[in-house]
Amino acid sequence: MRAAVPLGLAAMGELVVQRAGVINIGIEGILAVGALVAYVVAESFGPGVAMGAGAAVGIVVSAVFAVLVVRVRAHQVIAGTAIAMLGLGLSAAGHRLLDHSGPAVSTITAVDVPLLADLPVLGRVLFAQQWPFYVMVAGLGVVAWTLRRTTLGVVLRACGDAPAAVRGAGRSIDAVRAGAIMFGGACAGAAGAFLVVGQAGVFVEGMSAGRGFIAIAIVALGRWSVPGVAIATVIFGLASSLQFAVQALGATVPYNLVLGAPYALTLLLLPLTRGAGSSPRVLGSHGE
Amino acid sequence: MRLLGAARYFARTTLPAVAVGAGLIGILGVVIALAGHDAGDALISGAQAAFGSSDALISATLKRATPLMWLGLAVAVAFRAGVLNIGAEGQFLVGAVCASAAGLYLPELPGVGGPLIVLAAGALGGMAWAGSAGWLLRRHGVNEVVSTLLLNLLASQLVGYLVRGPLQEPSRTYPQSSAVPEYFRVPLLLDGYRLHAGFLLAILAAGIIALLTYRHAIGFRWRVVGLGPLAAESAGLIDVGATRVRVLLLSGAFAGIAGAGELAGVTYSLFEGLSPGYGYTAIAVALIARLHPIGLLASAIAFGALGAAGDGMQRNSGVPADLTVVVSAGAILAVLAYPYVRARWAVMNPATDPPATDRAANA
Repeated sequence: MRAAVPLGLAAMGELVVQRAGVINIGIEGILAVGALVAYVVAESFGPGVAMGAGAAVGIVVSAVFAVLVVRVRAHQVIAGTAIAMLGLGLSAAGHRLLDHSGPAVSTITAVDVPLLADLPVLGRVLFAQQWPFYVMVAGLGVVAWTLRRTTLGVVLRACGDAPAAVRGAGRSIDAVRAGAIMFGGACAGAAGAFLVVGQAGVFVEGMSAGRGFIAIAIVALGRWSVPGVAIATVIFGLASSLQFAVQALGATVPYNLVLGAPYALTLLLLPLTRGAGSSPRVLGSHGE
Repeated sequence: MRLLGAARYFARTTLPAVAVGAGLIGILGVVIALAGHDAGDALISGAQAAFGSSDALISATLKRATPLMWLGLAVAVAFRAGVLNIGAEGQFLVGAVCASAAGLYLPELPGVGGPLIVLAAGALGGMAWAGSAGWLLRRHGVNEVVSTLLLNLLASQLVGYLVRGPLQEPSRTYPQSSAVPEYFRVPLLLDGYRLHAGFLLAILAAGIIALLTYRHAIGFRWRVVGLGPLAAESAGLIDVGATRVRVLLLSGAFAGIAGAGELAGVTYSLFEGLSPGYGYTAIAVALIARLHPIGLLASAIAFGALGAAGDGMQRNSGVPADLTVVVSAGAILAVLAYPYVRARWAVMNPATDPPATDRAANA
């Protein structure tokens, strides 16, 4: 479940962004920057502040993306690629320039939920986790509720499905999309921060390891719905935990095959889940 | 008049690129200075590493430009037709894998060019990798951005597996393959310099693609599908789906050749760090040239120089080479913002030429 937290956070943000009709493949870079900033901040201020710092820097970087796609009307995928490169390059170069090969920072400890944690099997899995896990679960609930039950949710979905209707209702597509993009950036930045202060305790170049791209695959695999995204996240989380289990059993199965299997599986599952729900109609366009 | 037109065209297309380049070098200098290094020193040592000697120019800059030319072509043909192939990186790696396997396992056939076999194997590998994204797109409506991203991740794990398993060198010490035999190697162009024949082939390929794009019905179809798929479909003369798949296959072939050329012309053996993100840099290469096949040869050389300069700066001044990735990203962002900034400028200064709505880079 620990492996699922960064994926779930990033995918939750990307889900909101895509429901507003924008695809942001730059979250890979935002993850990397969030991780580096969290590492630097955690040394002096502890892991809690570091998570917040990761989210804050995620908002800043995604604001650049928002200006480009919303204001300048640049191509979303190309702008996203540039943001991904920018984030990966900045975090790697920044890490070297800071010469910050310092000691491991303290990580977030797990919190047992009283009583529930004692339930057999599921108790440990669901109720003895680090706090960002609970935030993620609550966040998914809030996102599901907002999308389904609130005016904001209806407008946001309309930005992705029927932009003309949004304009007709006298609302600003640009404002909604910019907000969604920055929410997605905050989630991705926090996901990157969790890699450091929730898992590794140090920053390693390239530690985002394609998780931003996997989050995009998770959103597609989950058919742009909150329950779907939650299920796909658990599958990916289990798959990445499996690699440690395999290593523990001894190197009978090649490591890279275990790492590659989820990607191959996703490619095979994407066509199969097609009937379960549809993508936002104007995903990737300016909605004009 | 014609000459004037040419000069205008040059001013419109090349000057912005030059301005962007100069601006980015300036920004790079400021960043280096902020990081506490001597910016002048670092930039000079970078320039020396890229242009300082014939060896730097040919064995560093042009050697690095070669895969970027092929990959830039791969990106340009796909983007031109509106197919968002972000998978050049993965197709490059699979091309290199196939070239390595062909070179190590195929028998030597007298009378047939070994390099041609290897490059063809690379092209087929790249096509297969891109083709699976094409199949998912055409048959199952899977967005090519998602599938090519996943295929990139899968390709890098595939290389990791092969160099520790089936393709590992016989002593099984290092995670890399054996070098391909002499017969299969792409010949070097000049004695003592590490520039292989793939460089000239890339120029040839760019010329062919330029002719196709601007002077042939095939390229017309690419452009129409890129600019207005609905119009192309309703006019009834162009099969949009099939055109997209064909373009994706062509794009994959170019990326595969890039990988095969790198393997059979530069490194000779397969290992995990074969591509320092060439497939992503190629997107910047193609966009700076506004997807023009000839223009991207020049921008590939510029990015080759940037890469060489980055290595030089890291070696001599301790400035991280990763900053060059930031510069590439900055270049893409600048190209994306350029039409908007120009339109704004024209609004504020009505005396200047009205802006042509140039969305080529955004198409």
